Amino acid sequence: MITAQHLTKKYGNQIVLNIESLEIPKGQSFGLVGNNGAGKTTFFSLLLDLIQPTTGHIMNNGMQVNTSEAWKPFTSAFIDESFLIGYLTPEEYFYFIGELRGQNKADVNALLANFEDFFHGEILGQKKYLRDLSKGNQKKSGIVASFIGNPEVVVLDEPFANLDPTTQIRLKGVLKDLAAQQRVTVLVSSHDLMHVTEVCERIVVLNKGEVVKDIQTSEKTLEELELFFGKKSDSSKTASGT
Amino acid sequence: MFKHFTTLQWKSFFRSASLGKSLAIKILMGFFALYMLSTMLMAGIGLFFGLQKAFPGTDPLTMVSNYLIYWVLAELFFRYFMQKLPVMDIKPLLTIPIKKRAITHYVLGRSGVSIYNLFDLVFFTPFTVVLLFQGYPVLHVIGWFVAMIAVVLSINYINFLINKSNTALLALLILLGGSYGLDYFDIYPVHELAGRLFYTLYQQPVFAIIPILLTIALYSINYRFLRNRIFLDASLRQKTKEAVTSDLSWTRKFGDIAPFLQLDLKLIWRNKRTKVQVFVSLAMIFYGLIFYSIEDFGLNSVIMVVVGILMTGIFLMNFGQFIPAWDSAYFSMIMSQNIPLRKYLEAKAGLIALSVVVMFLLSIPYVYFGWQALAINFSTALYNLGINIPVILFFGSMNKKRIDLTKSPVGNIQGTGAAQFLVGIPLFGAPMLIYGILTLLFSFEVAIASLAILGIVGFAYRKPILDTITLSYRKKKYGMIAGFQEKNG
Repeated sequence: MITAQHLTKKYGNQIVLNIESLEIPKGQSFGLVGNNGAGKTTFFSLLLDLIQPTTGHIMNNGMQVNTSEAWKPFTSAFIDESFLIGYLTPEEYFYFIGELRGQNKADVNALLANFEDFFHGEILGQKKYLRDLSKGNQKKSGIVASFIGNPEVVVLDEPFANLDPTTQIRLKGVLKDLAAQQRVTVLVSSHDLMHVTEVCERIVVLNKGEVVKDIQTSEKTLEELELFFGKKSDSSKTASGT
Repeated sequence: MFKHFTTLQWKSFFRSASLGKSLAIKILMGFFALYMLSTMLMAGIGLFFGLQKAFPGTDPLTMVSNYLIYWVLAELFFRYFMQKLPVMDIKPLLTIPIKKRAITHYVLGRSGVSIYNLFDLVFFTPFTVVLLFQGYPVLHVIGWFVAMIAVVLSINYINFLINKSNTALLALLILLGGSYGLDYFDIYPVHELAGRLFYTLYQQPVFAIIPILLTIALYSINYRFLRNRIFLDASLRQKTKEAVTSDLSWTRKFGDIAPFLQLDLKLIWRNKRTKVQVFVSLAMIFYGLIFYSIEDFGLNSVIMVVVGILMTGIFLMNFGQFIPAWDSAYFSMIMSQNIPLRKYLEAKAGLIALSVVVMFLLSIPYVYFGWQALAINFSTALYNLGINIPVILFFGSMNKKRIDLTKSPVGNIQGTGAAQFLVGIPLFGAPMLIYGILTLLFSFEVAIASLAILGIVGFAYRKPILDTITLSYRKKKYGMIAGFQEKNG
């Protein structure tokens, strides 16, 4: 579904992303982990054509994302609050997104009904604009909006951050359901190793812009990841010590 | 403690985003501030002599005293809208070991040196100096001056007390209108009564103690009010308005640009800055009155083309020049959602075209001044539709500055860059030039017909033109996304 070839992104002399080759098959639930500055958001921004690659390109279902716009109808994303329109109410925002993706109000309402639990009664019918909601509730709205219109690719950057424990657990359920449908490719980045191992079939670790690990998730994955990140911080400690 | 606060203030000013703006705008704003201050200064100096000349035989100071009451009420009225207590700035100070007492004094004290008070000071100081030079007794004049400064500060602190209630505004308006009405219809000489009070401040400088005490009292009320409310859930919480949902299903008539049209209408209606622009645009329809009623110009003058372009195209300019920066807060979403850029631009063009039509319809009554007025407004409206809409959209592709919609509209120049200054040249210059040359060579009729035809041609070719503009947006897309994400741009 998604392939990246010779993909690099440089700012000045600094290489922030350097992926020789990465292929994500259709229907895979794909997790991206890494420390701050590892290049997770850069990769997602490239995938959504929000920034230009220095070299290489990303193909999304056969379409090259930085030359064609044809990937937009089946791709949806929530990266950060800049994906929300502050002066709309959550409902209006959902309907607006729905309209862009060819869904009428009834379709959107049907989808939203599945998320009543997830919203916990704090989103719909609150007579509040999105800009006045709490960070967590804004995030919930953005995540649910990215499910509107039966997308085939869903990109979520740090979906677990800022959410309360109950919602985190519910979100995991939602993402697992999505992954179970073989049609939908889910891309998730996270700092929370536990969540990501639970949700994703495959985990790629980025470090300073490069793929350092590519794991099919098993019972040992969490241990392996913890070992990797723990060791890394140790080695950096000794490095800074000397 | 105050030293720390002052350095903080200093840094926040010099490191603020507005100072990081381009040099041209800084200079412009500087000139504006200088202009305002010098106007106040000149008024302060000139008022005495002006009154002496206009009302010979009356003491100018009596005249000033008589109308001080209106100044006080008017200033309260304006400050109600303009001046807010800057409480949000103290949020980060709350968890730092600083006594809340000190924070409160700091916030209140800082408001004492606000720009509004400075304007008054710049007015009263030269006026006082003139009084002294005119041989008014020093002690009395100084007493009066001190009293005036105390009155200014009282206004300052009253404003913060009444700022939260709309009833206070209404009361103020009734008081202002009522006393003026009583005066105007000779029912009761309000200004004389108030004037006598203010004049007493001059006659008996000791009484200056009254406004001083008033200031102190108001300050302590403010202090007590604020001191008990320096909590996140009290005065530091930003108020949230209840959302009103609107249907806007009538926009369906416009086909597949309808969702964007709805979004833009909500954008305009739910954000202060854009809302103000709608009112400014509507008020602009009266602009023509000034020029049409001045006989010197004549109905065929080039200036009427400017009037026509401006009246029918004011919204085009005000709103259009910041496309797509209005959407900057969520621009990455717009760019990655299932929205073809062309549709997005078409919707903006549609909205502006709608405004041009509405403004033209509103300008029809100018036919009263002669058929030429209608002809000019019609042809300039067509020109706006066909030529100026694409022009302004094209210049929009150069916008890279973020607009934060939640910021107050007053004096807000966020999002302004070189493109905003440049765009005026083709918008006004081109039609003026065309009209000017053609009237000179041929006739008025040929000139306005040419403007109209140009507009129609532009409108007929809007599809290929829009394609070109879309291309230029696509090229500059990454720059826009990056620029709009810079919060301090």
